[in-house]
Amino acid sequence: MRLNEHPILNFSQKRGREVTIYFEERPIKAYEGETIAMALHAAGIKVLSHSSEKHRPRGLFCAIGKCSSCLVKVNGIPNVRSCITLVEDGMRIEMQRGKEVLPKTAKPPEWKDSPKFEGDVLIIGGGPAGLMAAIHAADAGARVILIDEQPMLGGQLVKQTHKFFGKREQFAGVRGIKIAEILENEARKRENIKIFLETSAVGIFQEGDKKLVIAVRKNKELLEFWGRCIVVATGAMEKMIPFENNDLPGIYGAGAIQTLMNTYGVKPGDRVLIVGAGNVGLILAYQLIQAGVEVKAIVEAMPKVGGYFVHAAKVRRLGVPILTRHTILRAEGREKVERAIVAKLDESWRVIPGTEKVFDVDIIALAVGLRPSVELLHQAGCQLLYIRELGGHVVRRDERLETTISGIFVAGDTAGIEEATTAMLEGKIAGIAAALKCGVASPDWFKEIEKAQKDLGEFRSGPFGKHVLEGIKKVLVGGMD
Amino acid sequence: MAAEIPRYLREGYITPEELEKYLGKLPSDERLRKRPVAIPECPQQIPCTPCKEICPVDAVSMPTPNDLPVVDYDKCVGCSLCVQICPGLAFFMMHYVGEKARITLPHELLPLPKKGEEVILLNRVGEEVGRGRVILVIPREKSKGDTPILTVEVPIELAWDVRAVRIPEGDGDE
Repeated sequence: MRLNEHPILNFSQKRGREVTIYFEERPIKAYEGETIAMALHAAGIKVLSHSSEKHRPRGLFCAIGKCSSCLVKVNGIPNVRSCITLVEDGMRIEMQRGKEVLPKTAKPPEWKDSPKFEGDVLIIGGGPAGLMAAIHAADAGARVILIDEQPMLGGQLVKQTHKFFGKREQFAGVRGIKIAEILENEARKRENIKIFLETSAVGIFQEGDKKLVIAVRKNKELLEFWGRCIVVATGAMEKMIPFENNDLPGIYGAGAIQTLMNTYGVKPGDRVLIVGAGNVGLILAYQLIQAGVEVKAIVEAMPKVGGYFVHAAKVRRLGVPILTRHTILRAEGREKVERAIVAKLDESWRVIPGTEKVFDVDIIALAVGLRPSVELLHQAGCQLLYIRELGGHVVRRDERLETTISGIFVAGDTAGIEEATTAMLEGKIAGIAAALKCGVASPDWFKEIEKAQKDLGEFRSGPFGKHVLEGIKKVLVGGMD
Repeated sequence: MAAEIPRYLREGYITPEELEKYLGKLPSDERLRKRPVAIPECPQQIPCTPCKEICPVDAVSMPTPNDLPVVDYDKCVGCSLCVQICPGLAFFMMHYVGEKARITLPHELLPLPKKGEEVILLNRVGEEVGRGRVILVIPREKSKGDTPILTVEVPIELAWDVRAVRIPEGDGDE
């Protein structure tokens, strides 16, 4: 099902030329510019593969290329992430059956032939943090290379239809989708920013006094990026919680549902149960209502709403119940979700027998938190610490966001789960700091870093920021220069 | 810690009594009769300032971005800019006129009702509490905050309850 009318979004303007792809030989209508998984979902196809051991059905989970739950075979090549691979006319897609091997005829890319690109600052991730890092590093005088594995810039801003908080100079009152547009235009109009999309960074290496990022473009072409500093702004991925049948197709991360309905205009389902009343779960509920989807309830294990109260009030007045001190026990359904069973928890987090409720839903949205995507930083050798307040493993860094490896910076959710507003401020700091480290920026730029640090401090000065600040205190190292 | 949880965070909605407790005195009936007045339903310290920044008469006080917005009802001219810009859709406007109250609220759903249309009135938990008439529509293109807003005339006794509307089935597509 595709969405045509929406109070905020206009999909008819966004959809590209109509093409035909084939799923298990069946022709499917798709639009250029959308990914395989989105086109399949629009055609009602939720099961993308079966697990290798128990042959359980598998569908989407994160929809942003991070979880490998949506792997399919495309034109004979297995292990293709259908959620970030764009459709092409005539593409042949097959379900992945168990462990698939690369066909003999497929030729892996040759290491020695790889095209090489050189800049001062290499930025991995084109979301709010990476875009701000790119814009500011470029303005400070650096030649910037920005790479992202998605087919579009903006990171998760592209699906945020709600208006942002903060101060107006930090885009408060502006919708996330609009902020993505503004930042993309700013990045594209700067001649000293080179942008590589559909390009996955797979390794960071030190070669003499230079840094090398190895990347793969469109699943097939090996690229080398050479620079002097790196900003890692790879975002975060959604957490999963344990419950019976939590692998059924139709159980999605909240962000995946936003990608379906807000980025690509695909109706995710008809009736939804949301698990988690943090900001992500609350905002998702409102966006689902805007897309004409019924939200049966939001369940939350904590005794209170975890996100901003105002987000809760928005969905409560449209009739969505928020069941605090409740959890999901199991999902039921044959090949996909048909029901969700929830129950009440006592003060010690134990299920109270006899309190089970059944919701007839075809989608279960998990909004149970995010964890930083630190894999590249880990591989590069940066020191990691587990910091609960920041969402999981994060890197140690100084106040300018330089990690324990000289010349590698971090920004945004990769540095600790927070908000797009703080990600943008961190991106600004890391981008300028990287340009300064390369020796291309004038010392006047220190003032801009100080201003961004002050804005961050002000944003984090309330009760919500306090939590984050406690986490940051634990990972901060003294100035390293 | 658990004992300190405010009721509105357990339930996800706020009552007029709680508004008074966290945000200070509500406007008097006399003030409500004079001209429209802005009511923020924003009891929690969050980093957000557009209401204060957009107010043309400096009626919203908020010393730091994490402080609560407190409206000076005497200064407030009832322009509705705060209702239009508020990212949390937490500002409303109220005005008593004769036997009716006029509630101005954000409405980011389809279809957008037209002036003169009858709508179903919803309270803070989405229950139908009556019917009212739309007397003003500011569509998204004309709204300062990209959010359409409606002014709905409701029975005066429902003034402190009505915070959303629904279009009756049959009109439009939802």
